[in-house]
Amino acid sequence: MTSYNARKLKSQAAALLALGCVLVALIPLASILYEVVSRGLPAVDWAFLTERTKSSGQPGSGIGNAILGTVLLVGWGSLIGLPMGILTGIYISEYGNNWFGRTVRFFNDILGNFPSIVIGLLAYSLVVTVVGFSMISGAVALGIIMVPLVASTTEEALRMVPNSLREASLALGVPRWKTVLKIMLSNARSGLVTGALLAVARIAGETAPLILTAFGNSFWETGLFEPVSALPLVIFRNAMSPYADLQQQAWGAAFVLIMMVLALNIVVRLLTRLRFKSMSKKKVVSKIWLQRLRPST
Amino acid sequence: MTRPRRASRGDALFQTSVMLVAASVLMLIWLLMASLIMDASMSIERFGVSFLTSTTWDPNKELFTALPFVFGTLVTSGIAIAIGVPLSIGIAICLSELAPGWLREPLAFLVELLAAVPSVIYGLWAMYTLRPMLVQHAEPALAAVFGWTPFFEGTAFGIDKLAAGVILAVMIIPTVASVSKETMMAVPNSQREAALSLGATKYETTKIAVLSYARSGIFGAAILGLGRAIGETMAVTMTIGNSNTISWSLLDPGQTMASVIANNWGEADGLFLSALIEIGVVLFFVALLVNVLARVMVGRFMKAVPMTGGGL
Repeated sequence: MTSYNARKLKSQAAALLALGCVLVALIPLASILYEVVSRGLPAVDWAFLTERTKSSGQPGSGIGNAILGTVLLVGWGSLIGLPMGILTGIYISEYGNNWFGRTVRFFNDILGNFPSIVIGLLAYSLVVTVVGFSMISGAVALGIIMVPLVASTTEEALRMVPNSLREASLALGVPRWKTVLKIMLSNARSGLVTGALLAVARIAGETAPLILTAFGNSFWETGLFEPVSALPLVIFRNAMSPYADLQQQAWGAAFVLIMMVLALNIVVRLLTRLRFKSMSKKKVVSKIWLQRLRPST
Repeated sequence: MTRPRRASRGDALFQTSVMLVAASVLMLIWLLMASLIMDASMSIERFGVSFLTSTTWDPNKELFTALPFVFGTLVTSGIAIAIGVPLSIGIAICLSELAPGWLREPLAFLVELLAAVPSVIYGLWAMYTLRPMLVQHAEPALAAVFGWTPFFEGTAFGIDKLAAGVILAVMIIPTVASVSKETMMAVPNSQREAALSLGATKYETTKIAVLSYARSGIFGAAILGLGRAIGETMAVTMTIGNSNTISWSLLDPGQTMASVIANNWGEADGLFLSALIEIGVVLFFVALLVNVLARVMVGRFMKAVPMTGGGL
């Protein structure tokens, strides 16, 4: 048996090693942020944000049409994904206490971790084969990617609402559907908002499904049935090009995209902190999982 | 008498409509499978089983196969798991057991931010920052030490399976770390207290009480990470070098199932397109299998955690 001091030393060494793992993982994050800011920021000026993309060597090229395309794609995608996701979440949480609800929840989790390029293939065969590469096909792909994300955050937010509120409402004779829509949803509001914002941040950076569907466009295009540009597509195509000015544009577009995504994530973080202030993190984690898996509680 | 009836009719209507929307999630998976198989039918009929066994991919001769890409996917996700999972377990231990309380939340936030970075930006970073580092330092060193094995022969070019595997390792860390952390946090405190009361140090407590208890959950987290690595497209497409042949050396370029689809999309039509979609079918089934396995394992662990007596 080794001495107590040796064991204590070993324990401290292990703690340092674990902290080392965290630091190693954070090096790429720090490096990515540094590179994107230091290489991307010099590329960003007013013309860059407002002009459309042009081929290499032409002056006054920008990413304005890609920013517009991303905003429109995310908007149309949310229009499809948010209602479907929220209603699915309501079903799983409020009516899902049976085999069908558990099956939906199971496959919802599976769909949430599915490769996005496979979802892109689905949107391709459903929409692109009918109307061609287009904004609507990209929006369908992004919307489908959103559904499982929004559904599971909605479910969690609804489960966080104290049961006493639901019981009080039902005891007053309020019908169940009204209880869900008026009492449960309004109490779960901040959870719904954070879930929606996270899902928006996630689809704003999706690239692979857009290559298969929206395809890209160097003109200002807002039509639903025309190919449309998007920030991730500009980053991908320009990064792979051999021209220095196009590569510079890729970094500039990456700067704009990462700022959008990080801003959304930080807002979500602040909202979540307000929401869970009264509960320890440990309790939250356990509560969510136990309620998801034990329908009897 | 009419009021309750009207209320229940509203209830039935609402319940049915949300159920129909929820059913559409199941429909989506079924639709995905059906439409992919339908679009791939030309290639399935033409090649049959040889699509999974032939090694020749030559669009000019209309010869297609999935094997080099299945191979590339396995190799790159293997590297990602080998590097990413140990790191993630270390992170999870740090965040759930060892780090002082005030440090846990900010560190966890930073690790979660890794998941927020879009994959195309990982690819951009890998092309311009990771690649020079690999070419100048890591790959020559690996070639010098392990150059005698078939896995590290060839020249260090930085656009290869190793680069794709390393970037995938970084990308799976947030998933694996956060799910392992959740399973570790779900371990009842009574387990820790029992070990501590026997005089175990913090490290020993973690090893005896937490890691062995949460083993199956951590395993599930690793498989979840594997699922992410298998389907990841952009970062791999930008770093793997797009070679359609099978080569054992990690320093040679390759191609994964996802990257071959992304790379050739838009140029492909007819049989070529159908073959790409059949690769998507293979990817679909691999991803389905891996994700079902991971979800079952994590779910079973969480269900087995006792509700009482554990400080829950």
